[in-house]
Amino acid sequence: MNALDFSVIVDNLPYLWKGLQFSLLLTVVGFSVGIVLGTGLAIVQHLEVPIAAKLARLYVALMRSVPLILVLFWFFLLVPIAIGAITNAGRPVPIGGNWTAFITFSLFESAYYSEIIRVGLRSVSKGQYEAAQALSLSTFQVYRLVVLPQVFWIASPIILNQTIILFQDTSLVYVLSLTDLVGAASKLAQLNGRLVETYLTVAVIYLGICSAAAQLVAILRRRSQVLVSR
Amino acid sequence: MFSVLLERGSDGQTYLWWLLSGLGWTLALAFFGWWISFLIGIVVGTLRTVRNRPLAVFARLYVEVFRNIPVLVQMFLWYFVLPELLPVEIGTWIKQLAPPWGSFVPALVCLSFYTAARIAEQVRAGLEALPRGQAEAAAALGLSAGRTYRLVLLPQALRLIIPSLTSEVMGIYKNTSVALTIGLLELTAEARSISEETFKTFQAFGVATIIYLILALLAYQLMSWLDRALRIPGTTAPQTKGMRRLAWLRQERASP
Repeated sequence: MNALDFSVIVDNLPYLWKGLQFSLLLTVVGFSVGIVLGTGLAIVQHLEVPIAAKLARLYVALMRSVPLILVLFWFFLLVPIAIGAITNAGRPVPIGGNWTAFITFSLFESAYYSEIIRVGLRSVSKGQYEAAQALSLSTFQVYRLVVLPQVFWIASPIILNQTIILFQDTSLVYVLSLTDLVGAASKLAQLNGRLVETYLTVAVIYLGICSAAAQLVAILRRRSQVLVSR
Repeated sequence: MFSVLLERGSDGQTYLWWLLSGLGWTLALAFFGWWISFLIGIVVGTLRTVRNRPLAVFARLYVEVFRNIPVLVQMFLWYFVLPELLPVEIGTWIKQLAPPWGSFVPALVCLSFYTAARIAEQVRAGLEALPRGQAEAAAALGLSAGRTYRLVLLPQALRLIIPSLTSEVMGIYKNTSVALTIGLLELTAEARSISEETFKTFQAFGVATIIYLILALLAYQLMSWLDRALRIPGTTAPQTKGMRRLAWLRQERASP
């Protein structure tokens, strides 16, 4: 084995940083859109809206049963076609890999978030719903003002945990040759042949970020436990 | 609709055969990976709860490292990095393994170690959910620490965590697709090859998706059957605080 030489990595840190920025951006978008859509999917199921609840359940089951890589391939095929159909362009509209990744992660993660929130909705005691209704709040207000704040607080460690997994999963856009952290690293490694140093660096970066976030999960778990263990 | 499956590909075999061979590798990876990670997971999860400090710290470190690096990066570490770090003869030998094994073995090791870290956390949660009296009673009967775990604690903990292990089973079988990045021709990779060769992307990915769905359903049914068959009578209602936490964890993990 050759001696490790990290100088190539140091010289190219700005490039890796650009890749990491894309990973983080993808995580933020996937989280924000995913949690909004996921909450919608969960509430539709919780209210047992006819047909829509069944569709939501089917969607969630489908997304959770298929590997993310296959979902990525699907969306890269389908999103341009779908946008072409929506905008009446009459042909697929290519919107570029990055945009497709944003859409894919938002839709894919919404299925996972919706499961967390659905369980959270069930864990809020019935009296809360009844009391809110007795105060003549509308259904929308019951969820927004009474139930969801509790659910988000109780589920916060699990939501954050899922977001760590989301952050790790963004690395899979590598299969579509996008330049996230892993994508940047693999392009770098191909150029300079320093596979060992490059991938070790990337592993350490992920390890650092995810361990720090996991510590936060532990803190949240202790805090939100106070509410649960009444 | 799926007539493309009966056409013959560039190697003279039908595309159906391509998919089946991909399915074979996916199943092999998931099956063997599961048993290896289950064994490692039980050991590491147990060590997480023992009083011996160095062992507990080792187990903690194991979980931290293997849970906090993406599977894809771990795949690259086993495939690209490890052979370079080993002595030259061993490294070259690994790199020269015949085609499917050269990527199958690193993928198997990667998925096993990664999933084991996740299973270890479930095992720990199961052990911590048991009432303290179980360990104390075992000690009062004069059982050694090893026998306490083997005969009293682990059998109960493992039965408690079957529902949350379901999601780990689903996880490892879905993660097998990551092995395509190091060149293993598993199910997703075969579907992609068919789509690249025939341009019939819908059919190729459609069949692969259906196969994944059926597998997920089978795995889920199998695990819920196991759970019913092995459930400890009287544990459906959570009792201790630990059990309540576990029940929450269990619901969160359970698939629809």
